[in-house]
Amino acid sequence: MIQKTNRLLWWVLSIALLISLIPVTGYAQGSDPTDDDVNAVAKQLYCPVCENIPLDACGTTACEQWRGIIRDKLAEGWTDDEIKTYFVNQYGDRVLAEPPRRGFNWIVYLVPVVIFAGGGYLFYRGFQQWRSPEPDRNLRNKDKTTPKPVKLSEDDINRVEEELRKRSQG
Amino acid sequence: MKKILLWGGLAVLLVFLSIGLYRSQQGQVGKGEKAPEFELISFSGETHRLADYHGSVVILNFWASWCESCKPEAKDLEYAYQYYLNRGDVIFLGVDYVDTEPEALGYLEEFGITYPNGPDLRTEISQAYRVRGVPETFIIDQNGIISHVQIGPYSSFEHIKSTIDPLLD
Repeated sequence: MIQKTNRLLWWVLSIALLISLIPVTGYAQGSDPTDDDVNAVAKQLYCPVCENIPLDACGTTACEQWRGIIRDKLAEGWTDDEIKTYFVNQYGDRVLAEPPRRGFNWIVYLVPVVIFAGGGYLFYRGFQQWRSPEPDRNLRNKDKTTPKPVKLSEDDINRVEEELRKRSQG
Repeated sequence: MKKILLWGGLAVLLVFLSIGLYRSQQGQVGKGEKAPEFELISFSGETHRLADYHGSVVILNFWASWCESCKPEAKDLEYAYQYYLNRGDVIFLGVDYVDTEPEALGYLEEFGITYPNGPDLRTEISQAYRVRGVPETFIIDQNGIISHVQIGPYSSFEHIKSTIDPLLD
């Protein structure tokens, strides 16, 4: 029984030792963030001074200062969301690459969906028409263009025959 | 019914796009217009509201520490502030546009600026005045009407003076 317990203890200790040797790859709070860490946050932000250029790709002094703030905040252990909230509080929603889903901002999300759905529907309709069997289409066209037979009176027939006779003589 | 919904939706979309386009095409708040109300919390924590300065001439200067063309006028603005200080009816306010606080405070110290300055939180003031860049300065008369808009830096103290003096007795 004691031998069994010792063996179990030995196994538990061995596993604990192995687990402790596994390298920890997480981001250590308080250490210096790399440029990649800074850019990972920066690419989610836009500086209002340089419109349409994400913060990670912008070379102006203002953007350099902003990236400096991100670096400082990361070094203090702030999360991405906390940093983004800080920038929103300082400079407004316009700094976010992805506008918050509220109010008029919904247009940004809905318009592409509506356009895509509309385009898809038009494509589907066009494709359906293109695939329609040929005889059917001809039939439809024929229905539209062929005049319906008209019943002529005896007088009309006589007038037509008279006219034809004149033309053949002339 | 489907067609009505489709065309209605398209019309609403076009209206929103038109409003957005119209807004983006609007220039600065101009001369003769009522100055938009604002609240500026200075770096030292005091709150300044435009409404509090009714009856005074307000010089509202937008700047940033990263703005090279703001630097030439910085000392002239401080000089003008000191020049009018004893009158008590000319108020200078600096709005720090899209800036970082340490750099902004460094800028104020570098140019010896002592009149109230504060960050444009959430860029609300610059949006209200439809500021396109910095520096921009709005001279607001005693009735809250914009009497002059200076796009770009002032060239000298005399230049600043020439936009303020016509409003004073």
